[in-house]
Amino acid sequence: MAILIIAEHDNSTLKSATLNTVTAASQMGEELHLLVAGEGCAAVAEAAAGVAGVSKVLLADNAAYGRQLAENLSLLVAELGKDYSHVVAPATTTGKNVMPRVAALLDVGQISDIIAVEAADTFERPIYAGNAIATVQSLDAIKVITVRGTAFDAAASTGGSASVDRVSPAHDAGTSAFVSEEMAKSDRPELTAASVVVSGGRGLGNGENFALLESLADKLGGAVGASRAAVDAGFVPNDMQVGQTGKIVAPDIYFAVGISGAIQHLAGMKDSKVIVAINKDEEAPIFQVADYSLVADLFEAVPELESKL
Amino acid sequence: MKVLVAVKRVIDYNVKVRVKPDNSDVDLANVKMALNPFCEIAVEEAVRLKESGAASEVVVVSIGPKACQEQIRTALALGADRGIQIETEELPESLSVAKLLAKVVEAEQPGLVILGKQSIDADNNQTGQMLGALLNRPQGTFASEVKIDGDSVNVTREVDGGLQTLNLKLPAIVTTDLRLNEPRYAKLPDIMKAKRKPLDVKTPADLGVDLKNHTRLLKVSAPAERQAGIRVASVDELIDKLKNEAKVL
Ligand SMILES: Cc1cc2nc3c(=O)[nH]c(=O)nc-3n(C[C@H](O)[C@H](O)[C@H](O)COP(=O)(O)OP(=O)(O)OC[C@H]3O[C@@H](n4cnc5c(N)ncnc54)[C@H](O)[C@@H]3O)c2cc1C
Repeated sequence: MAILIIAEHDNSTLKSATLNTVTAASQMGEELHLLVAGEGCAAVAEAAAGVAGVSKVLLADNAAYGRQLAENLSLLVAELGKDYSHVVAPATTTGKNVMPRVAALLDVGQISDIIAVEAADTFERPIYAGNAIATVQSLDAIKVITVRGTAFDAAASTGGSASVDRVSPAHDAGTSAFVSEEMAKSDRPELTAASVVVSGGRGLGNGENFALLESLADKLGGAVGASRAAVDAGFVPNDMQVGQTGKIVAPDIYFAVGISGAIQHLAGMKDSKVIVAINKDEEAPIFQVADYSLVADLFEAVPELESKL
Repeated sequence: MKVLVAVKRVIDYNVKVRVKPDNSDVDLANVKMALNPFCEIAVEEAVRLKESGAASEVVVVSIGPKACQEQIRTALALGADRGIQIETEELPESLSVAKLLAKVVEAEQPGLVILGKQSIDADNNQTGQMLGALLNRPQGTFASEVKIDGDSVNVTREVDGGLQTLNLKLPAIVTTDLRLNEPRYAKLPDIMKAKRKPLDVKTPADLGVDLKNHTRLLKVSAPAERQAGIRVASVDELIDKLKNEAKVL
């Protein structure tokens, strides 16, 4: 049986998290189908058809799916999913929102946030903020899974030549409606996909001081992240939070600036290739995971670093 | 409107858990346990709804061994009116929890069910959504704001790109994110009062739910430890190391 992958998109572009999910799915089985459910999203389906390894794209283009409302989308995915061995989605806020509903509708469990595929029914996933790794076997006929993007390479976005089939079921539960959104606008790369991430914590003191990190990030073509304390204090918006309950990142270089290194923060960044910590407290726990530790006042060290690069 | 809050007993968030030497699971013997932080936020939100007049009663429910009554009492001390414990020896999987909660919802008929978005032990982030599907009710997950508006509720959600607001018809399900509110501390008189609040104990059999396992835990291992790195004395040395040793610049 084939594997159904749920594409992450905004009706105009296919999001990179989909590509990492395709790689994970390819380790579970051979025939990969990609569902693009949205409104006015034909361009996404076209892009999806080019993804290497995908043999069929299912396009569900309907107003009910335009905002990825979980109530509607889960009905569609559960209906289609009956004929698959696996239903797989990225562990983004959309995937996390929709997939457990799909699992419940199919009366199966869900395995969340997998970081490795050991066999078609056996997966590794972090638990306890990443302080332990569980190996779990699914006992269900249909496996419902979300995938941690940073744990899998991205599949090539070109080279495939899948067919695009329109699927008709329109499910509108009629119980939820989109009201508004406030999306952060940034020209920097997406946090979860950036090769350089510069994150700031409470040590930054206020929102304006994040400009220091922004200029360092811009020089390196990186993204800017934050600790929960920095978000809670209102320095920066919530979508910048890295950690157990924020975003998971694994860039080539992670700069932790004015961040103490709580376990919940480490859970989101400790798989980075190289970690640089700048903190004025030489006892800060962040230094226990950093490859390069600089005990310094960030207000001196960061501008100096930026000017010398 | 009645509000039902589901709460879970978990390891205290300050404790770094250890894996058992035989890799069968994590070691929770003699570890400090607490109310899951997201559940605490859920209780606080429900209590605030009651204080504002939007809710008439706050009922908390927890599933687990007798020890979880401690967390129910904590919730009662924070202002919930009564508790229900569903006694199980082990902690059931999310789908079973959702099925048990669905039965409680059928009996209690709350206008709103509030849960934490995830428990900090299993980090699954599933139960609220599963409950929504089982009851065919709408959900506002990862909520940072909840506003009751007549027979509907507006929920602002923390999503990857920023914030999204949805309008849900009541009855509905909400799962909390960290910024929804800052829970109060229970005062001593409230803790004393909580001891006398009603707490019902039920079993899965009473509710007619068969607990089924959908997964098997094969192994739990410690994550790869990062090697502690080196101290650099200056920004110049840092740049040199990044360029010539790590070769990432
Ligand atoms: C359920 C739960 C989930 C959580 N999830 C997350 C999560 O996803 N992500 C997350 O980050 N946190 C999370 N937290 C919060 C976490 O426990 C910590 O409170 C938080 O990470 C601390 O942020 P911080 O390091 O910025 O602040 P602090 O711990 O206050 O550290 C600030 C640091 O800045 C340093 N500093 C100050 N001034 C300077 C200066 N001038 N120069 C250099 N250094 C300076 C200080 O020495 C200190 O080490 C969670 C907590 C809970 C309970």
